[in-house]
Amino acid sequence: MTEVIRVSSLTRKFGKQAAVDNASFTIEKDAIHGLLGRNGAGKTTLMQLLTAQDFPTAGSIEVFGANPVENAKVLSQLCFIKESQRYPDEFKVRHVLESAPWFFANWSESFANDLVEEFDLPREKKLKKLSRGQLSAVGVIVGLASRAPITFFDEPYLGLDAVARQLFYDRLLADYAENPRTVILSTHLIDEVSNLLERVIVIDHGRIVLDEQAESIRGRAFSVSGTSGAVDDFASTRKVLYSSRLGGLTTATVESTSADDRKAAAAAGLEISPVSLQQLIIQKTSSSEREFEHSA
Amino acid sequence: MDESRPIFIQIAEQIEDSIIDGELAEEAQVPSTNEYAAFYRINPATAGKGVNLLVDEGVLYKKRGIGMFVAKGARSALLEKRRKKFLAEFIRPLLSEAARLDISAEQLVDQIRKESSK
Repeated sequence: MTEVIRVSSLTRKFGKQAAVDNASFTIEKDAIHGLLGRNGAGKTTLMQLLTAQDFPTAGSIEVFGANPVENAKVLSQLCFIKESQRYPDEFKVRHVLESAPWFFANWSESFANDLVEEFDLPREKKLKKLSRGQLSAVGVIVGLASRAPITFFDEPYLGLDAVARQLFYDRLLADYAENPRTVILSTHLIDEVSNLLERVIVIDHGRIVLDEQAESIRGRAFSVSGTSGAVDDFASTRKVLYSSRLGGLTTATVESTSADDRKAAAAAGLEISPVSLQQLIIQKTSSSEREFEHSA
Repeated sequence: MDESRPIFIQIAEQIEDSIIDGELAEEAQVPSTNEYAAFYRINPATAGKGVNLLVDEGVLYKKRGIGMFVAKGARSALLEKRRKKFLAEFIRPLLSEAARLDISAEQLVDQIRKESSK
């Protein structure tokens, strides 16, 4: 596996607050990464640091083996689609599409034109007159058609409805399959994107709390529910991520990949249910919060 | 897709099902990894992992530059494999639920006969 980005002990402080706190990870070449976390977890700050739009307090970043700051050779290979991209006042949709090839060497005009049709964007309309969803569509189109070696999408779909989001996911997958490249997608809509991702990086309070192949996370945990006695018996010898109790009933999320564990739970008369990536991450990030408060 | 299990295993099982049901005949070309990825809306690397699992098991084979094909004898090998799993995955859970409900083995056999003659 080749890496295109290496981040070591990266910290970015705003006053006393660390928005990114001693983060170390790598980004793999030609894989789709999910940068997941709650609002305010540090996703945007992290992407601003990786694209040299902000500077670290401590630690180092290498993009294609070099510091990205004021490095035209590196920066010309990046595309960063922000949640709130600003454009010149009089810019129309058409102007964005016409100027994009100046910045992106791999820009595909035909792909951009297809996407404009599919997202039903008015070319002659001024950007400041567009709806929130249409403005997001402009970002999505630029991000996809740029075919940049590394593309960052930071919550790219504010105001996009479910149909338009699905269109984005479908076009991303299809074009990625034809033109493999590195994609980093930040989102809190984990359930929607989980199947698209090859790698998952979860950030919470500026810290990386999970960094793994999506496929090895899936199936890692399951939930059991039943009478409290039976659940406690089963859970006592296993790693419990989360449990809740209601009257005489208990539900517990157990970290385990073994089929035997599932059989044992079934044999004990417990109801077994799957745990989605989203549920697992919610439980991971809310438990790290408890540890955080504990240590503070 | 079932969230509780790795997707590449589910992709492999879907392909196995198509072979068992005869939708994918032996020596037929299977859809490409990218086609599976687009159809199931999953990462192409994940789809590729599922396909490769079946290549490793000898169910599929690769023709360089052309694509993946169903191997000769794949269907009977898969039937054999699934029949072995049938006992553990269907018969045993059936028997344990029957025991829990006080249904005897004879009553169970009767019920199965009735159902299958319908």
